[in-house]
Amino acid sequence: MNSMDTPKKLIQLSKEDLLSAINGLKDVSYTVSPNFNDNAPGPGDNIIKRFMFPQPEPLLFLEREGKDMVHRPYCVISKSSLNPDDDTSHHTISDTVAETIILGIRPCDARSLWLNRLACEEDNLFSRRVDGLIIFGLLCNKGLSTCFCEDVGGGHQDVRGMDVAMIDDGDGELRLWAVSKKGLYILNRLGIYEDDIIDGLMEGATDNSHEKVGDCSLLDELMSKDMLTLYNAPFWQDIKDSCLNCGACTFLCPTCYCFDIQDEAYGKVGRRIRYWDSCMFPLFTLHASGHNPRGEKIYRVRNRFMHKFKYFIERFSHISCVGCGRCIIHCPVNIDVREVIGLMRAVS
Amino acid sequence: MKKDNILDNNYLPFAARIEDIVIESEDGSLKTFKIVFEDEADWEKWRHEPGQFAMLSVAGKGEAPIGIASSPYERDGLLFTVNRAGVVTTALHEMAVGARLGVRGPLGNGFPVDGDLKGKNIVIIAGGFAFTTLRATLLYLLENRGDFGDITVIYGARTPGMLLYRNEFLDWEKRDDINLYVTIDREAEGWHGLVGFVPQIVSQVNPSPEGARALICGPPIMIKFTMPPLEKAGWQDNQVYLSLENRMKCGIGICGHCSSGPIYVCKDGPVFTRAFLNTIPQEY
Repeated sequence: MNSMDTPKKLIQLSKEDLLSAINGLKDVSYTVSPNFNDNAPGPGDNIIKRFMFPQPEPLLFLEREGKDMVHRPYCVISKSSLNPDDDTSHHTISDTVAETIILGIRPCDARSLWLNRLACEEDNLFSRRVDGLIIFGLLCNKGLSTCFCEDVGGGHQDVRGMDVAMIDDGDGELRLWAVSKKGLYILNRLGIYEDDIIDGLMEGATDNSHEKVGDCSLLDELMSKDMLTLYNAPFWQDIKDSCLNCGACTFLCPTCYCFDIQDEAYGKVGRRIRYWDSCMFPLFTLHASGHNPRGEKIYRVRNRFMHKFKYFIERFSHISCVGCGRCIIHCPVNIDVREVIGLMRAVS
Repeated sequence: MKKDNILDNNYLPFAARIEDIVIESEDGSLKTFKIVFEDEADWEKWRHEPGQFAMLSVAGKGEAPIGIASSPYERDGLLFTVNRAGVVTTALHEMAVGARLGVRGPLGNGFPVDGDLKGKNIVIIAGGFAFTTLRATLLYLLENRGDFGDITVIYGARTPGMLLYRNEFLDWEKRDDINLYVTIDREAEGWHGLVGFVPQIVSQVNPSPEGARALICGPPIMIKFTMPPLEKAGWQDNQVYLSLENRMKCGIGICGHCSSGPIYVCKDGPVFTRAFLNTIPQEY
């Protein structure tokens, strides 16, 4: 599936040449997915999640001033090798935002960036960080038996969420093209797109991160289901029995974005950090009073699936699942999200 | 929440300090903190609606979501009545006047004082220390008295010593434009007012649903038993507003802790009509 109407300019290039061009960019860092090197089928390592949601991520810094600890938007780095000319230098959180190329992630993971933007766009730190990401996506030649991107509205050839799309032709050769303005810009900077072709292409280019998701019958079907009927369906009882609430599925999931915030303070300094959390854990919803709205396992198991396949749809009109299948591969008790979807579908 | 703050960081609180502390309850578990901002410019920009909350931040301990007890018209500082319950609220209780802390907000929605409530008879029903944002609301109603019909307040606590804002209640009692019913759970020495649980008093007062809206805050058990007498009196679910509390972290509808079905209590609430809450899973 290719929903892009951006004009294409296909370029043939070896992986080696692309890497060396990227290497030559001074102010852009990059990270390479293992899929880029071997084109092994399947989603591979979930490197994009660590860029969307680094953990731990500092939200602010804490510093003792007199007898009180106070909040700071920056941490003060004392005179050091970092900046020998200054007595002190201020390291702000926004300073850490830089352009980073993510090279070789699959269409499912590229789409997770697009979906997470819907949910997290109000978070300035997230938005600033992902604005700096430049996605070189690698389209799939074939998938694994656990891949189901097409069922949830994606596809092996889906370029949404990417800035540059790449096809591995084997023998170290790539075909690539820009699918967003950011993609045009970076291919121009890399010397892959010459100046004279950019102008023409730029005109029709879109900001791919806001590209609309295509039709998906599962989405329509789930959208029309009554929320409380789904919620009260008896099959959750069976899924609950096998689930261990280990949280592996949530940590592997590229569209699970829930987090916790904690303070770390030692002596005079500290920081407030966020890190991944999971709705599978009882502490996630525990009130200070001792009351727990999702105190029983069935509530937590149901919440994960209902969030992805009903609640998120209610809020954003999209399924919060990209079909990467990582949760199927790694679930220690073999819960298969496709089977759960089937059960949800069967509810009338 | 779009905050015009340094670096545009949603998680950076306004620098503030404690200006005054009032011990509200006889057991010391409830204290009201008057909080002022360090930077006058921050305070100038601050606007909240009755029913909203803020994150109180104790650096090194964390943040806790606390309802704003002061009305938008009280411009000499913010009031927060805090129950000592977890790590952050315990740390707050140990802080003295002058101590510095952070305030992140205002967050969430408020009671629709400028919308659905306007022109209506208002029935406020509260139990225990849940009166905080209803104090803000009541003061708002009194400030704009002409915009609302009859105002009825039914408020209960376990003992006379657990009633919040006692001096203000004495003032409100003197007014003839509020129907005030203050009750305690059991007889107590020196108490000459009403005795009985909030739902019983609701049943006795039997407020009319005609052109009215009810605002209810209190422990789940109180809410549960308050609904039947209201229903008996003919109240519909869309006339009843509830304010929810859930565990919260980010306060901007992302982190997931306060979710109840498709809603985030911190962003979509904490105020909802009972009619709406009937349509979603009750995970609060």
